[in-house]
Amino acid sequence: MPRTILPIGPYHPLQEEPEFFILTLEGETVVDIDLRIGYNHRGIEKLAERQAYDQITFVVERICGICSTSHPFAYTQAVEDLLSIEAPPRAQYIRTIVAEGERMHSHLLWLGLAGHFLGYNTIWMWCWKLREEILDVMEILSGNRNNYAMFKVGGVWRDIREEDIPVVMKKIDSIIPTLEKLHKAVMDDPVIHARTKGIGVLSKEAAIDYCTVGPTARASGVARDIRKDCPYGVYDQLEWNMIVTHNGDVFDKVAIRIGEMFESIKIIRTCLSQLPGGDIECLVKNIPPGEGIGHIEAPRGECFHYVRSDGTNRPVRHKIRAPTFMNLPTFKETVVGGAIPDAAIVLAAIDPCYCCTERISVRDTKGQTVYSGEDLIKLSQKKTEQIKADMGR
Amino acid sequence: MLYLLYLLIFGFLLTAVIGLFASWIDRKLTARIQYRVGPPLLQPLYDILKLLGKETLIPIGATNLPFLAAPLIGLVSVMIVSTMLWVSNLHPQQTFLGDVIVVIYLLLIPSLCIVIGAFASGNPLASLGASREIKLILSYELPFILAVLVAIIQADFSIRLGDILATQAQNGIIAVSWSGGLALLVAVMCTQAKLALVPFDAPEAETEISHGVLIEYSGTLLAMFQLMRSMLLFALPFFLIIVYLGGISGNGIQLVYGALAYVGLVALITVIRNTNPRLKIGQVLRFFWGPMTFLALIAVLLALGNN
Repeated sequence: MPRTILPIGPYHPLQEEPEFFILTLEGETVVDIDLRIGYNHRGIEKLAERQAYDQITFVVERICGICSTSHPFAYTQAVEDLLSIEAPPRAQYIRTIVAEGERMHSHLLWLGLAGHFLGYNTIWMWCWKLREEILDVMEILSGNRNNYAMFKVGGVWRDIREEDIPVVMKKIDSIIPTLEKLHKAVMDDPVIHARTKGIGVLSKEAAIDYCTVGPTARASGVARDIRKDCPYGVYDQLEWNMIVTHNGDVFDKVAIRIGEMFESIKIIRTCLSQLPGGDIECLVKNIPPGEGIGHIEAPRGECFHYVRSDGTNRPVRHKIRAPTFMNLPTFKETVVGGAIPDAAIVLAAIDPCYCCTERISVRDTKGQTVYSGEDLIKLSQKKTEQIKADMGR
Repeated sequence: MLYLLYLLIFGFLLTAVIGLFASWIDRKLTARIQYRVGPPLLQPLYDILKLLGKETLIPIGATNLPFLAAPLIGLVSVMIVSTMLWVSNLHPQQTFLGDVIVVIYLLLIPSLCIVIGAFASGNPLASLGASREIKLILSYELPFILAVLVAIIQADFSIRLGDILATQAQNGIIAVSWSGGLALLVAVMCTQAKLALVPFDAPEAETEISHGVLIEYSGTLLAMFQLMRSMLLFALPFFLIIVYLGGISGNGIQLVYGALAYVGLVALITVIRNTNPRLKIGQVLRFFWGPMTFLALIAVLLALGNN
């Protein structure tokens, strides 16, 4: 059977960010997939190395508009690990509230987009309208709708005012009935079942082999959640459930995210009602030499930051690994063998965030040669040798 | 001369005006369902006028004649079919024998034109969309013809729209009977597919193949396709009203009834398209050849039994 190439990207209505999927087709069946990223690369890690520790929280916040809490959270965890300090309890509670608010708006955004990819624009609009309520809550709490600017090494920048708590509680309560209606609309729709059940299945073994993280892993029955496995913030002091399903198809990924939204509401309500008094930051005078890691459960999975200090006011190395980086390769497993209409929703099902994931790629002017990571290291070593030779050593 | 007048006034002008109004109803209702404000009344007209002023691009790999002719033939066929529907609705006695068959054929031509235009454009996404459109046509035509057959049987096996209308004027509308109701249900689903609306919009799925069949069309040619779609949004429900709901007559309460029936059908189509995700083309095929054909066959048997 003749093979055709279906390009999705670099700019395509399916994806809200520039990235390039090359699907090889036989008829309507996908037989191979290739992926090119790098259209969004901004050198955040290098930028971070030129900023002071307090400024970096704002830089990493701008890695991605949706994970604007996950990255600063993981970064502050990393620096606090380096310093061996812990933020005061009130700050920990505020951090948890903001992180869960972000999880809710991220999941609602994804659910809406998933509806759009399925051609179900009503779900799209409904989800995004509901998301506005969450953004209002975040605006009351932090003063911002998307980039919250709450996180600071050793605590948070901004306190939650006592008079805001009842208002936020009321808003959160008003979200629940709408969310339940949405839950029913998605879970009971036979056409949605027909479009998502048994589509893009990622088996448990494959999920483990590909080192998937977050909802992508939990939908395949891998019960792994940083909030439970390696608690940070105040997650170990709260009552909440990890949602795990076992089929690994798109429907399960939808179900997991809807379930997590209800858990998030539970967490936010408990945190607000138990909010302890006291300071919201501890004083950090200087950063000693050393290294620290911080990892947290972002809406898409584990977000990992590594910081190394040499005692100056800037890190010498700041390494970021976003969850999508781990989940992307599963496309080899889930998209190949499916049909094109399924590919659209399966590509979206891991909730990819490419600006978090960006790595550089190098090619010649014809766009042909792409250096692999190893080639780049070899090039770098060659240049070092060259410099050494030039310096006469 | 008289026929030319009918063609221009009723077939084109009135159909286009009502069709654009119907597409406004569709868009406004969609917006209200989705908690949006929605477009102003004249927005569909503005859209078409704007497209007329845009540059028309013809891709290098395209076969020019079919690429350019497809929108024109589609538009003209909708004009002719709506003229026939108007004439048979206004003067039921003047229609010719076999016009039902001609109408069914003419209603197929817009879809075929889209297929031809898409294949002529030479775009891989368009040809993917076109192959889906062909499968779509194959799937809905059988139940659609069976559903129309019910009305023909009820009108004493007459293949004249005039006779179908006359029967309904005497014995009450066809949709009230069991067989007629079932047939109307099937026909509404087929209308949804003929208009390529969700859940049957696989040929131009925006998020899969970026408007597939229409991807290479721009400017005047795209405007013609859009106008054709809007006019179909009048012609198809109007055909259903004539065949199952007794047509629209010009006097007083009857006119209100006809208008309500039309707006109701358009609203039904809109609600269906807003409460469903897109089906895959294989699922569409199974849906029409399975449950829909089955229902249509039952309707035909019921109609034969009553006759």
